[in-house]
Amino acid sequence: MIDWLIEPMQYAFMIRGLIATILVGIVCAVVGTYVVLRGMAFFGDALAHSILPGIAVGYLVGGGARDPLFWWALATAIAASVGIGAISRGTKIKEDTAIGIIFAGMFALGIALISTVRSYTVDLAHFLFGDVLSVRNADLWLIVAFGGVTLLIIVAFYKEFLVLSFDPILASTLRLPARLLDYLLIILIAVTIVVSIQTVGVALMIAMLVTPAATAYLLTHRMPVMMALAALIASAAGVIGLYISYYVGVASGAAIVLTATAIFLIVWLVKRILKTPNTN
Amino acid sequence: MAKIKKLLDLDTFFKKRETAHREDSPILKTTGLSVNFNGDLALIDVDFELNRGEQVAVVGPNGAGKSTLFKIVAGVLKPTAGKVQIAGHEPGGHICIAYIPQRSQVDWNFPVSVSDVVMMGRIGKMGLFRHPTRNDWQFVKDSLEIVGLSGLAARQIGELSGGQQQRMFIARALAQEAELMLMDEPLAGLDAPSLEDIFQILISLQRQQVTVMVAMHDLKLAAENFKKVMLLNRRVIKIGPPEQVFDAPTLMQAYGDHVHLVPGEDAVLAVDDGCCGDEEMAP
Repeated sequence: MIDWLIEPMQYAFMIRGLIATILVGIVCAVVGTYVVLRGMAFFGDALAHSILPGIAVGYLVGGGARDPLFWWALATAIAASVGIGAISRGTKIKEDTAIGIIFAGMFALGIALISTVRSYTVDLAHFLFGDVLSVRNADLWLIVAFGGVTLLIIVAFYKEFLVLSFDPILASTLRLPARLLDYLLIILIAVTIVVSIQTVGVALMIAMLVTPAATAYLLTHRMPVMMALAALIASAAGVIGLYISYYVGVASGAAIVLTATAIFLIVWLVKRILKTPNTN
Repeated sequence: MAKIKKLLDLDTFFKKRETAHREDSPILKTTGLSVNFNGDLALIDVDFELNRGEQVAVVGPNGAGKSTLFKIVAGVLKPTAGKVQIAGHEPGGHICIAYIPQRSQVDWNFPVSVSDVVMMGRIGKMGLFRHPTRNDWQFVKDSLEIVGLSGLAARQIGELSGGQQQRMFIARALAQEAELMLMDEPLAGLDAPSLEDIFQILISLQRQQVTVMVAMHDLKLAAENFKKVMLLNRRVIKIGPPEQVFDAPTLMQAYGDHVHLVPGEDAVLAVDDGCCGDEEMAP
């Protein structure tokens, strides 16, 4: 058993992959708590997809170099997140429709750009579904830096984000800068998506934001506990998923997301069967 | 050093916005308030004023603009025309106005406890990057005690009954040290004992000189429990003591076809305001 656990550790790429999934899991879960509570799952999914053209341009401009991709993704994510907010505010078009338009358009642009490259299917798959085993030390540092800052901001504005999510009118009567805080949260979601993109890719990103937080939501009625539990579940899903990927030979991103989904289903079923008064 | 501290002290960013009250001005005065939602006139030329400690029931049919009026008074919505003055100043600078939401507007599965929600009322006073102090916790404790929820402080909010949920929000307004409370349909769906609890709390609020506006549908409850009522249907039809406001011609004006004169020993007006399927009665 121990051999079975230790064996993959002889590979440095596995160790880096494990560290990356745990870090990403924690950041995604904490930020995802707000995504779940505020019903922003569709927004998060769209945002993840709309990063693709940014990555594609970076990829084409850099001639396949990996280093600038992070920055291209970050710039695109922030531009897209603020853009979606502005468009839905400015017209009579409903927000989810605006998100749908931008999301599909950007995603198509990304695919079109990448398809101009010859090895396009391989590269596209890499961006869409992630490749955590190719994470390098430099990538880990970026995850630590940006993920860490994201968590710090969430902690610093904990009570403001709480009020804004639970009762926006109260936030307004307490004269909190609601618009500013809304944009800050959206930017934090964007940063979270960018640091996580290597782990699960654009297409599966939303699962990392939503599934562990939703699982924790079933288990507790306190916000800080929900964040901690979600982080724990996400890290566990990441580690278990990577082992499954190693031994069974399935794609790492898919294995991680499937594990998180399985944990959710188990918790949901057990809660269903026990029918504790906690469930409502 | 002191300069750096001052620079970092973002509290002032919030504190500065808390406008001083002018004691010689009424706590609430609106002049010519009108609201236009994409061509729909939600409020037309609303003028009234309230003195400190007054409690007024705001009654009117569905879509009369009660919630809209409250949100404008709270400074959450901007009127298309006219202005609101809270103790002599615009509402945007005050954190002493509490809007108590309709229970149907609240996510009762949100992972917060009763004391978490009441503590939210303190956030305006706390400032950025600050944690609740002992003083803040004392406010939460006292507020819960006033509304009789001390024993339920640790409960998840969805576990409360309708009346308890309503009292929790009043406790939050108390923790906010609100001087003007705007309660949006606080009585909707409550049973008789819960109604009694709310009216008891209103009496104690009156003793503390808290000004209260209560949006409601039930003319009888309004007449029995308030010295001042406002009949609203986009315009202020009339404001004053219930016996002067709830007379047949005024009610006709507010409710139109939904008022029926029911002949009986004492003439009775029945008002069907299209809400909740109830017939509301007025003496």
